[in-house]
Amino acid sequence: MESLLHFDFKGLVIILMSAVLVNNYVLQRFLGICSFLGVSKKLDQATGMSLAVIFVMLLATAVTWPIQYYLLEPYGLGYMQTVLFILVIAALVQLVEIVIKKYIPALYSALGVYLPLITTNCAVLAVAILNVDSRYDFLASMVNSLGSGLGYFLAMVLFSGVRARMEDGETPAAFQDLPITLIAASIVSIAFFGFAGVIDKLFA
Amino acid sequence: MNRLKVLTNGLIRENPVLVLILGTCPSLAVSTQASNAIGMGLAATVVLLCSNVAISALRKIIPDNVRIPCYIVLIAGFVTVVQMLVKAYAPAIDEQLGIFLPLIVVNCIILGRAEMFANKNTVFASALDGIGMGLGFTLALLAMASIREVFGSGTWFGLAVPGLAGHKVSILVLAPGGFFVYGVLIALVNKLTKGKAGKNAEQGCAGCPAAAACGRLGAADEAKEREA
Repeated sequence: MESLLHFDFKGLVIILMSAVLVNNYVLQRFLGICSFLGVSKKLDQATGMSLAVIFVMLLATAVTWPIQYYLLEPYGLGYMQTVLFILVIAALVQLVEIVIKKYIPALYSALGVYLPLITTNCAVLAVAILNVDSRYDFLASMVNSLGSGLGYFLAMVLFSGVRARMEDGETPAAFQDLPITLIAASIVSIAFFGFAGVIDKLFA
Repeated sequence: MNRLKVLTNGLIRENPVLVLILGTCPSLAVSTQASNAIGMGLAATVVLLCSNVAISALRKIIPDNVRIPCYIVLIAGFVTVVQMLVKAYAPAIDEQLGIFLPLIVVNCIILGRAEMFANKNTVFASALDGIGMGLGFTLALLAMASIREVFGSGTWFGLAVPGLAGHKVSILVLAPGGFFVYGVLIALVNKLTKGKAGKNAEQGCAGCPAAAACGRLGAADEAKEREA
């Protein structure tokens, strides 16, 4: 781990772009699938949910990174990571919900409904753990979280468009609802393969 | 309640993955190889059994208002134990499952069973339910992983399947194949149960800790439609 102030712009751009396109959380890594299938029916819900996820991911990383490096590792408590991270994230989401409800009602009316849904969203816990596993410094962790959140946003928004089209189609009875949605997700996921080489070529 | 029925419910009739549609993330992610599916399934079964027993034993002590945080702490504790055991005795599986091992904490099957079964039933019944649901999860994962591994890499549990080695459909092992096989399996279950799967998925929703918020989402939506 390098110093906190180490600044490598190109490195950060690569982290951001790969998190958004190549290692897309939903379509390539299978994280946050429940909310992806549940909330992507309508564009406004998909947008609200994704913005809330980006917000919570950044917040969770900002809190769990110092916990990992200033509390868990110096005292040899690495095995408490899972317990501590999930508790901190759950408490944080509750706290943020209360605070923005009181002080920023406009933001609450836009995102408030989605916040409790996020506590048990695996994508948020995953981004906190993956940042530690990849040994990113603080800035890179934040950029990776932003990229992961944006990737989730991109997948949700794209897919809500696909689903709006699908509602007009005639689906065989057995395939209605979930099965056909999964098959559409599979096709959208193939589209993301196209990005695989882009990052290497751009920054080679 | 009939004990045998409690045990077998999770295996087929209320299979958590294919009928209740819970735990979709790990099902899609680890079902690339049959051996991974068994590892993930057994790890989740152990956590589910322990958490069901503990939550059922404490169901009269835990106050209703703070039950979800209590469940999460209990589950996270058991997941940590399982994580350490797997790291110590099966490092290869640990490597393969990676991030999805700690993510058992947020697996909806476990919280869902706590909410729907363990906090209303006796310790013994909850243990049976935990085993049944856990094995149902393992079975569904194994079915998915077998299809993906046999046709995607031409092997099963790492052993070559004769005649398929030259005809791999590699995309089945990749992300799109996961979505596709899962979709087709649910459609198959739908066909066999004549649409029962969808109805049970609603029940699965009731057990989700986010159900209340999700309901609010639906209500907000309806209000908006009425205005329009």
